[in-house]
Amino acid sequence: MITMENVCKSYKVAKRNAGLKEACKSLFHRETEKIQALSNISFTIQDGEMVGYIGPNGAGKSSTIKILSGILTPDSGTCMINGRIPWKNRIQHVKEIGVVFGQRSQLWWDIPVIDSFELLKDIYSIPTPNYNRKLEELTELLQLQEILKTPTRQLSLGQRMRCEIAASLLHEPKLLFLDEPTIGLDAVSKLAVRDFIKKMNAEHGTTVILTTHDMQDIEALANRVILIGRGKVLLDGTLDDMRRTAQSGENTNASLDQLVADLYQNMNIL
Amino acid sequence: MKLYCKYISAILKSTMEYKLSFFLMVIGRFLISFSEFIALSFLFSGFTQIKGYTYSDILLCFSVMQMSFAIAECIGRGFKVFSSMVKRGEFDRILLRPRSTILQLLGMRFDLGRIGPLATAIITLIIGVRKSQILWNTGRIITLFFMISGGTLLFLSLFMFGATFCFFSIEETELTNVLTYGAKEHGKYPIDVYGKGIMRFCTYIIPYTLIQYYPLLYLLGKTDNWLYALYPFSVVFFLLLCYGFWRLGLRNYKSCGA
Amino acid sequence: MKKYYSFFRLRFQSGLQYRMASLTALTTQFMWGLMECLAFKALWESDITAFPMEYSALVSYIWLRQAFFTLFNTLSTDNDIFNMIVDGGISYELCRPISLYSMWFSRNIGGRLAQATLRSIPVLCVSFLMPSPFQLRLPINLNAFLLFIITMVLGLGVTVAFCMLVYILCFFTISPQGLRMVMTGAVELLSGDLIPLPFIPEPFRSVIELLPFASMINVPFRIYSGDLAGSEMIHAIILQAFWLVVLILIGSLICKNAEKKVVVQGG
Repeated sequence: MITMENVCKSYKVAKRNAGLKEACKSLFHRETEKIQALSNISFTIQDGEMVGYIGPNGAGKSSTIKILSGILTPDSGTCMINGRIPWKNRIQHVKEIGVVFGQRSQLWWDIPVIDSFELLKDIYSIPTPNYNRKLEELTELLQLQEILKTPTRQLSLGQRMRCEIAASLLHEPKLLFLDEPTIGLDAVSKLAVRDFIKKMNAEHGTTVILTTHDMQDIEALANRVILIGRGKVLLDGTLDDMRRTAQSGENTNASLDQLVADLYQNMNIL
Repeated sequence: MKLYCKYISAILKSTMEYKLSFFLMVIGRFLISFSEFIALSFLFSGFTQIKGYTYSDILLCFSVMQMSFAIAECIGRGFKVFSSMVKRGEFDRILLRPRSTILQLLGMRFDLGRIGPLATAIITLIIGVRKSQILWNTGRIITLFFMISGGTLLFLSLFMFGATFCFFSIEETELTNVLTYGAKEHGKYPIDVYGKGIMRFCTYIIPYTLIQYYPLLYLLGKTDNWLYALYPFSVVFFLLLCYGFWRLGLRNYKSCGA
Repeated sequence: MKKYYSFFRLRFQSGLQYRMASLTALTTQFMWGLMECLAFKALWESDITAFPMEYSALVSYIWLRQAFFTLFNTLSTDNDIFNMIVDGGISYELCRPISLYSMWFSRNIGGRLAQATLRSIPVLCVSFLMPSPFQLRLPINLNAFLLFIITMVLGLGVTVAFCMLVYILCFFTISPQGLRMVMTGAVELLSGDLIPLPFIPEPFRSVIELLPFASMINVPFRIYSGDLAGSEMIHAIILQAFWLVVLILIGSLICKNAEKKVVVQGG
């Protein structure tokens, strides 16, 4: 179970006006601006749920994921995941989570995928029988047979993403964070990834938290949606709840993307 | 330790994907450091000694510093590229894994190219030993070993110190560069050559004299005080200090980018 | 001319942005010079008769080298050109209606000047204020100063022309980084960057002084303090001009070939 209560996080950003004079000035004195990335974020997620976490760029999605995965320490507020505070018991905590960043790779660039997996086996100290069993399962579900011996740099994006997801699941985490897992994928790969995530959730009861800008991902996967904007939770409910909030009545047939765009505009969070 | 070896074998495999450019790189690095040795030899063809140190004494000193630095760069590459790792989000990935951050950081970036300077260091060490009049006994050999390992630790501590600045979002490589590259470059002469001010700085601020000057005196037989040979051990305190700073920084870590 | 000015300004500003980096870079530059002065002082005290220069001339040499480090730095400052060759961005450059050689040449000089103004002035100021014997003296006379300026320009030209040659050679090798390092090692030793050329024993010295590397920093920095004067100096200046012409000729010739090669290969 995940609980987040009143979590706040702010960053300091250095700012400087254009121009030579300003550049010289900033040599001696630098103005900083405080940016509130998260303010009073609270929610609870039960085991086995699939939650879509959405919001416009810069809303604080990544910051939340980073706090949940123990990378960032919030300024205030509490966060408990399976009875642990992520940033305090980092090593214990990360053993139970898997994270996929769609825009970054966790595989070693120049060596075959299977070698990366072997390395992960040692990093997570996965017992050999468990590793073999899981690898077999993942290979079959994600159809990795052909590509396991290829160096990562030679994989297509779709192939790589399948390997990334497999890499995040080798240690059988109870909790999976997916940060834009379908970004840049073609239709076939997208569907394959979605199918797989659904299966993982159904068979192993893995809790999935998904951030994405692709509303079809949300529609296909998440039965619950948390919308955040400017660091605040604006909506927490089902996709239908979201539809209802967004609709001012006139066009009921609007596409999901149009819907979200309207919602962002109405709530003035862009 | 087993994991560290695995990391290194993964890096070996990656390197072998680009064999030719790797070897050219090693040769290039070797030539850069070897030209320093040649410059030193040129210089000492005109002079017989500097403050009482002969050419062979200087060669020993030069090779110890070169070797410590090369080994430290080889192991500690992760610290040196730390700011780019933070920028590219690689450090986030490290934090997501249930292992010590430093072990992962060092394992992920092991710099084999440093065998170039290491080769120079070994060559100069051999020449230095053969030219010198030192009576080699166990004590002296151990002293040499202490100097090199102490030096490696000291450089590693400084690399770690420099990397820690990234946690406070300060782009800061030059300050540690002056302390590390400076010591490698200028450490070819025993530190007392530079006078009292530098001696004090290199004893009380950054303890270079403890791995270089004092044990060197014992090595060269300029003193009988065998305690000098044990001075390199004190570097451990410096390491702990830097490690404390690192921990402090880690707590302040702000991940960057989306 | 305007485009060079705006390029210069841009470099200048982006240089200022890293304030800590530039402040500590200055400290580095300065400490480095001081350490070297101290080491050579110990050498000087150990054996005055074997010292091939005046000590004050050596100190000036070191400070000038530290101050104008970025101006004469052989191959580590112009990363953009290098990366362009490595990652293939070069094909954009080839689309522009200017000759590749002259464009890179001026760009390279512009970048160096921009960085050098930022870095040289503080180092020069501090080293003028240093206590004797570590003080950077004024040039011995006006004549020497004028010749210093002229040979600086020539030396910069030779340095850039040589770098251009290396860049162009990168078209033909698979490992530009390796090539760059091999060259760096050679240049540092042969140009008098590691130790001033007078410290190199015969017969090496006579040979090295004829090479193009000796026409880079060696000539202006030694003219400044009067270490290089008389017929020897005139000789050196002629040699500088000679190498400048030869290197540019070779460079632009190979460059034409390289351009063709790139176009044929389709980038």
